[in-house]
Amino acid sequence: MRANSLLTKALLGVFGALATAGITHASQPINMTVGVTDISRDVYDLHMIALWLCVVIGVLVFGVMIYSMFAHRKSRGVTPATFHESTTVEAVWTTIPFIILIALAIPATKTLIAMEDTSNYDLTVKITGYQWLWHYEYIDEGVEFYSVLSTPRDEINNLAPKDENYLLEVDNQLVLPTGKKVRFLITANDVLHAWWVPDLAVKKDAIPGFINEAWTNINEPGIYRGQCAELCGRDHGFMPIVVRAVESDEFDQWLADNTTNSPEEIEEVEVEIEVSAVTQ
Amino acid sequence: MSTVAADDHHDDHVESPYSIKRWLFTTNHKDIGTLYLWFSFIMFIIGGVMALIIRTELFQPGLQFVDPQFFNSMTTMHAIMMIFGVVMPAFTGLANWLIPMMVGATDMALPRMNNWSFWILPFAFTMMLSTLFMDGGGPAGGWTLYPPLTLQTGDALPFVILAIHFMGLSSIMGAINVIATILNMRAPGMTLMKMPLFVWTWLITAYLLIAVMPVLAGGVTMLLTDKFFGTSFFNAAGGGDPVMFQHIFWFFGHPEVYILILPSFGVISSIIPTFARKPLFGYASMVYATGSIAFLSFIVWAHHMFTVGMPLAGELFFMFATMLIAVPTGVKVFNWIATMWRGAMTFETPMLFSLGFIIMFSIGGFSGLMLALAPVDFQYHDTYFVVAHFHYVLVPGSIFAIIAAVYYWLPKWCGNMYNERWGKIHFWLSTIFVNLTFFPMHFVGLAGMPRRIPDYALQFSDYNMLATVGAFGFGFAQLIFLFVVIQAIRGGKKATSQVWENAEGLEWTLASPAPYHSFTTPPVIK
Repeated sequence: MRANSLLTKALLGVFGALATAGITHASQPINMTVGVTDISRDVYDLHMIALWLCVVIGVLVFGVMIYSMFAHRKSRGVTPATFHESTTVEAVWTTIPFIILIALAIPATKTLIAMEDTSNYDLTVKITGYQWLWHYEYIDEGVEFYSVLSTPRDEINNLAPKDENYLLEVDNQLVLPTGKKVRFLITANDVLHAWWVPDLAVKKDAIPGFINEAWTNINEPGIYRGQCAELCGRDHGFMPIVVRAVESDEFDQWLADNTTNSPEEIEEVEVEIEVSAVTQ
Repeated sequence: MSTVAADDHHDDHVESPYSIKRWLFTTNHKDIGTLYLWFSFIMFIIGGVMALIIRTELFQPGLQFVDPQFFNSMTTMHAIMMIFGVVMPAFTGLANWLIPMMVGATDMALPRMNNWSFWILPFAFTMMLSTLFMDGGGPAGGWTLYPPLTLQTGDALPFVILAIHFMGLSSIMGAINVIATILNMRAPGMTLMKMPLFVWTWLITAYLLIAVMPVLAGGVTMLLTDKFFGTSFFNAAGGGDPVMFQHIFWFFGHPEVYILILPSFGVISSIIPTFARKPLFGYASMVYATGSIAFLSFIVWAHHMFTVGMPLAGELFFMFATMLIAVPTGVKVFNWIATMWRGAMTFETPMLFSLGFIIMFSIGGFSGLMLALAPVDFQYHDTYFVVAHFHYVLVPGSIFAIIAAVYYWLPKWCGNMYNERWGKIHFWLSTIFVNLTFFPMHFVGLAGMPRRIPDYALQFSDYNMLATVGAFGFGFAQLIFLFVVIQAIRGGKKATSQVWENAEGLEWTLASPAPYHSFTTPPVIK
């Protein structure tokens, strides 16, 4: 009796918490974003296919199991059967999963090949991870800047109310054109980081001493937020990424307004690099 | 039956059961098994407290209780404690208790080494835990120890590495002992294909341990020399490659996950037939499936690293190989269900934990299949979706199997039945809270919450709150387990030799509690 009331209380507590959460914020996301690129849509579709496949298999397998738990119990006075092997059955349930896997592997392979094709790009942005901020460089345009978390310390320390974009806001956003294939060259300066924007379905590790490639082609203008996705030390949770996608002409205007180095300066830098290369 | 034990009363008792010397110098497989199991439980409490510190900080957005650096060392230490301190020693404890009884031997083949492999562990874990108090704090680079971040660890690093060497040494010796016992000490007539599946899965696990623990040892030693002796194995500036560490680590790490789950398969394959009152379906295919899983575990390691920038061919290979694991794992689940089919089931606590295992381990398997798909993994990787996945296979997977095993064999170990009613309450509370803890993690992971962060954006707050409530519930529910086990050890309804109505296997022919030296004369195998 005592045990039962304890159990009842615990159950009530759990469902109470569930219900409260459900009522107060019904709108919190629980699934992967569809995103704003063709690739992110393919990835989302693949995710949903895999998810539903698992749900169907789960319902079938657990269904059989739960039916058996009710039908084949000793309290119903059944006599246990004695069968314990069947090569045919074993062959069937080895082959069917194999076929399902092949069906799943085909679209996955197609999407993967598309994701890894970084050729024919229109624009290159070099991304460098630091502890704990990002540096962006539009390699051929002479624009570069750092991008740091802009959430006030007071919000993090619970001394001020938290903004809607708490921990997902930066001082300088990465501005990208829509409808252009943008190639990212990703590296790091100290430890491993990973550059991830869910809406673009791009996640690539930033590795000191190596350069990784990724690409995106954004369909819709908008603000897309992401975070560092590889543990990089104390403030790993505090180096977000914000991408602002704008129409192509607006992007050109933005570039013109923000060019930090004049073309001459860029050439000077290039000459310096050559010289240093020679002296090595 | 009990006649086996009747003629050896001269050495069938312990001189002074409560002296410290008995436990320090014991070479008895049951004593050492007991030590392993209690050690594992103590580590479970410590690792559990760390998990609760993590969940407390994550109850709400904002930094409330701990510094982010300490948070990182909690996630790192929680993983090391739970993997090396809880699951691996618990399975070695079960192996010690059960393998000699199951194969009809007196004891393990190498009893002194057995003593040594256990007594290394308290020292290794004391050293590991002491690093939390060192200058610079404990290791905070994740249990995967990726450089260059791990090389930023303060004074703790050499101690962490030495502790890992000790744990590896202990595991390797334990594995050698298991292999030597199984291959040499079987009773006449017990061919390999007559061995219980627990023995089979442990034999394969032991080979995995011997194959990969040295790889981990090599990897962490290279970290040590990079840090202190000027080598550049993982430093690009000196001609090395940080990603090489990841390849070495996961070449150890993927077989390691099967080290953590294969003995569970053995446990479940013992329990289901007993309570379904029907022989295990497809014994041979279970053995072959275990072997296939073990083989595949060596060729899938880079699926942990899809985002490091591998060539397309590499990504495709590791994706296909990983997907293949679903086939033998599926075979196992289907065999268990076929064993239940048209049986006559009863639902005692070990059976409940085993059924919970099958369902929730399968849920972890489903998310595993989704994670195998490389293009989608780019979205899942390093998010809470992964955290949900591996906790589903480790907590209601490995931990549930260990708990099921303890309930199942406890009457054999101590001679008394446990309290069935409280056992069932323990099961139901554990099942409810484990799902409340880990299921919402799928949601926040898919919605974009990265792993290993001490603070998070507002859209993740509800499900984090739920997970924290669940974690506390699950943690406190385990105190019931402690209570039930201690109660059974201290007394209770006497168990018969067979304990369970349909239990089959040599251990059930021995008296309950089992005699100190299991089989002093070889049993007859039918």
